[in-house]
Amino acid sequence: MKQAHAYTLYRPKWYRKRVSTWWWAQQWRSFKFILRELSSIAVGYVGAMLLWMIWSLIQGPESYANFLAWLKSPLIIVMSLIAFGFVLYHSITWFNLAPKAMPVRVGGKRLPEWMVAAPNYVAWIVVSAVVIWFVIGGK
Amino acid sequence: MAETIRLDVARYRPEQEGEPTFQSYEVPLRKEWVVLDALNHIKDKVDGSLSYRWSCRMGVCGSCGMMVNGEPKLTCATFLTHYAPGPIKVEPLRYFPIVRDLVVEITDFMAKLKSVKPWIVREDEKLVSEGEYLQTPAQLDQFKQFSMCINCLCCYAACPVVGLDQHFIGPAAIALAQRYNLDSRDQGNEERLDMLSQHEGIWGCTFNGECSKACPKNVDPAGAIQQYKIKAVTEWFKSVLMPWGKGGTK
Repeated sequence: MKQAHAYTLYRPKWYRKRVSTWWWAQQWRSFKFILRELSSIAVGYVGAMLLWMIWSLIQGPESYANFLAWLKSPLIIVMSLIAFGFVLYHSITWFNLAPKAMPVRVGGKRLPEWMVAAPNYVAWIVVSAVVIWFVIGGK
Repeated sequence: MAETIRLDVARYRPEQEGEPTFQSYEVPLRKEWVVLDALNHIKDKVDGSLSYRWSCRMGVCGSCGMMVNGEPKLTCATFLTHYAPGPIKVEPLRYFPIVRDLVVEITDFMAKLKSVKPWIVREDEKLVSEGEYLQTPAQLDQFKQFSMCINCLCCYAACPVVGLDQHFIGPAAIALAQRYNLDSRDQGNEERLDMLSQHEGIWGCTFNGECSKACPKNVDPAGAIQQYKIKAVTEWFKSVLMPWGKGGTK
């Protein structure tokens, strides 16, 4: 193991505890963190669904109808609901973390965190509203 | 004063035992006493064989970081009354090899810290007679937060990635690298980029955020790492889009 362990020579009797495989289950906030990491699978799932939808649209009306029918099967509805929950969680945690990654400075002073997070939420709500308007208004 | 509080202190004496055990001590519960005062009381009056590190007892030296009830804390700034009626569990900093009792081995961290060159790197060194490198308060403000790090290693004990991947450079080292990257007098950005932009550098970080919560000096290492991720990506894009350019430093 590279240079990191060269010093074991001089400390032959130290004690190092192995990290438990279940470390994330021992504290609620670690569990929340792992849920956040897991939520990216749901994001991938939703992305794949979108791509599949576009693909079936390109194939023609029959293929798209098949896709819609498949979406209505109970298993897929349950999967979509779970994915929706995870995607919501993913978005909210991401927006809340954004101010840490992007400290915006105005006139030499760092903007308060909520001022960086808020535009993300506003953009999210506006885009969602437009999408919902398209979906409902299109009928 | 009659009131006391129990401290369950981790003991590890390599010549006697194969793994750490706990030993309980009753110490006076005083309003103005911190965990470090209790340890000093034990060492002075109860059990002189207890080993731990401390120096300044005022949150500057960064020597007395330990796990207090499972959380990484500077024991000189952690009051006993906060945990009353107790007991208080005191353990060595998590994820580090234990040398003895509450003393951990930090050579590995020192090597990692050195690898990111946490000092001012200059391409053109001025002569002393030419005067100092001047800096405005606004320029100082850019990195001041990250310069508050006292290497207490509480952030390492808080970070699950440190526990799972021994090669991860870790929060404090990256925050300190960023402290020099953001310093207007420094020209060592490119030299640090190679070390920081590898997998064991910033990309090992999963943005768990625990390091910033644990930091007793409000350094926000998690923020430093994410900011550096953005910088590394923009540098990479620049080097792809403008391969003829030098891939500028600032």
